[in-house]
Amino acid sequence: MATVRTGVRATGAVLAVALGAMALAGCSSTGGKRAEDRARDAAAQGRAAVNTPEWTVAMVTHSGDGDSFWDIVQEGAKQAAVKDNIKFLYAYSDEGQQQAQLVQSYIDKKVDGLIVTLAKPDAMKAVVEKAVKAGIPVITVNSGTEESKAYGALTHIGQDETIAGEAVGDELDQRGKKKALCVIHEQGNVGHEARCAGAKKTFGGSLENLYVDGTSMPDVQASIEAKLQSDKSIDSVVTLGAPFADAAVKAKASAGSKAEIDTFDLNAKVAAALKAGTLGFAVDQQPYLQGYEAVDLLWLYRYNADVLGGGRPVLTGPQIITGAEAGALEKYTERGTR
Amino acid sequence: MTATAPSAPPADGGGPGPLGGGDERLLRTSLLRRLLGRPELGSVAGAAAVFLFFALTADSFLRAASFGTVLYAASTIGIMAVPVALLMIGGEFDLSAGVLVTSSALISSMFSFQLTANVWVGVGVSLLVTLAIGAFNGVMLTRTKLPSFIITLGTFLMLTGLNLGLTKQISGTVSTKSIADMEGFPSASKVFASQLTLGGVELKVTILWWAVLIAVATWILLRTRFGNWIFAVGGNTDAARAVGVPVVRTKILLYMGVAFSAWIAGQHLLFSFDVVQSGEGVGKELIYIVAAVIGGCLITGGYGSAIGAAVGALIFGMTDKGIVYAEWNPNWFKFFLGAMLLLATLLNAWVRRRAEATR
Repeated sequence: MATVRTGVRATGAVLAVALGAMALAGCSSTGGKRAEDRARDAAAQGRAAVNTPEWTVAMVTHSGDGDSFWDIVQEGAKQAAVKDNIKFLYAYSDEGQQQAQLVQSYIDKKVDGLIVTLAKPDAMKAVVEKAVKAGIPVITVNSGTEESKAYGALTHIGQDETIAGEAVGDELDQRGKKKALCVIHEQGNVGHEARCAGAKKTFGGSLENLYVDGTSMPDVQASIEAKLQSDKSIDSVVTLGAPFADAAVKAKASAGSKAEIDTFDLNAKVAAALKAGTLGFAVDQQPYLQGYEAVDLLWLYRYNADVLGGGRPVLTGPQIITGAEAGALEKYTERGTR
Repeated sequence: MTATAPSAPPADGGGPGPLGGGDERLLRTSLLRRLLGRPELGSVAGAAAVFLFFALTADSFLRAASFGTVLYAASTIGIMAVPVALLMIGGEFDLSAGVLVTSSALISSMFSFQLTANVWVGVGVSLLVTLAIGAFNGVMLTRTKLPSFIITLGTFLMLTGLNLGLTKQISGTVSTKSIADMEGFPSASKVFASQLTLGGVELKVTILWWAVLIAVATWILLRTRFGNWIFAVGGNTDAARAVGVPVVRTKILLYMGVAFSAWIAGQHLLFSFDVVQSGEGVGKELIYIVAAVIGGCLITGGYGSAIGAAVGALIFGMTDKGIVYAEWNPNWFKFFLGAMLLLATLLNAWVRRRAEATR
């Protein structure tokens, strides 16, 4: 027994020493947390640029748990909130009923402004109208182009999914593609359906939808792989979210296909892949702008009763990004703002 | 079991001693001890703690308007947590309960729309179909002798697929078409999705449905023969069968009870939002189970209460909305829920042990 115990103790001591030595000796002079901190210090120090009272703005989205896209939207919103001396609150739920309840909670809190997404417009209708009636200015972002005005929101900021899809169809035509695959990773998402339908409308070749389970990356990869193996004539694959482009690239490699992979949305990996040429193009809707502008416009409305858009949605996309532009965006994607 | 079986006299020597020839079942137990023996005690203590916690940390939590919001959030979980608790007392699981709510709303909406019928027809058809799905769960379980975990997992996956597939096939999109302009919608809305204002607090009608369900379920459990059957089949199926409890019928009816509540919750979804998203409801079934377990239901069956499950749902509603009122990062919500589940279950186990030790 005793020998065992000393053995354990000795091992522990060795490990502790080794860890300490590694931490000291094994410093990386590139990248890592330190580089991130340096970059942040170099950026503008977070200070309000206005002297208006501290208003509270709450944002309620239909995001799921841990969604990188909504992280970027929040990043933009927070940046604008710091500048405009605004207290920014955020909540999300991917269930319509829950999302409506969250908005109700903020109405109870009597916030000074609300930012909501209308991915499930019917679930949100009553509660958004209630907020407007309670005198809280509402701005809709990302989804709800059709409904925003009818529900009484000041402005809608986002990308029209159909227009974005149409841009993809045109781009595919320009690249001389004949047979495309549109990968829908969230069954039941109206915006996704609209994107693929828009692409189908303007694309000269044939386009079919492939439904995959977006909550499981291996499943996404296997589904695309199987499709590419069974149909060799597919020459382009369009994914609807940045993380899925990577899975499609892997699927293409293992299926031995020649198809070009294109995607909606950006992230650091997509920017690097565009630059390297493994991806054809990306359609960006500039999520940072959606968060930033929403907060800023609410400040403008409170301060000066300004409303942007003239009753029409303010579009943040689609912006087609190819390898030529990707290099310049790479450092922005790395800091999580593109 | 709720029937207490005090065997030793109380320490103060009150009541007849064991040698006094008195029947131990007729012993008067003190109020405190009776309370300690109740399955929901732990959850009530937990609810009080959560309430106090948010009352101190979130300034807008104590507003009257917030009270209505919290109760509404609790009721949408609670309507399902009550029958799920009965089912768990009966010793079974239902993993299909979450998507069944969505299915029930979809059936109603699409049936009315496609046949251009009065929406009440759709509501009625939806009730029948939902009950049939519940019965299917129960029949499969009792016929195949497979664990309910497996059976309802199968139902859950099939329903998830049916919700998406059929909706897309029938409506052409992944959400249903609006039925707000059809006959019967206003009256159905009143029944399933209206709200009344009491002293500035908006109370949704689901809170009323929830209260009725709690009362009915508690009455069934504590005052009817069927209630005894539920405890019996959950405690020990073979023993229950041996003394003549209709095990098969009891279990099928319990599943149909869950289906009935899923129908209420589903109609509420439909008539408050008028359009149903076919992909929703996944994951909710675990929340119902969490509410029932926090409320003192044993995962092995034979012990628990409807009131406990309702309190569990209330804890859920308070946490869910309290985090918003307290302005915390919502990413932490699930962490709190998990921690609360563990704490509540530990507290329940401790209280139960204490209650048994003092007998």
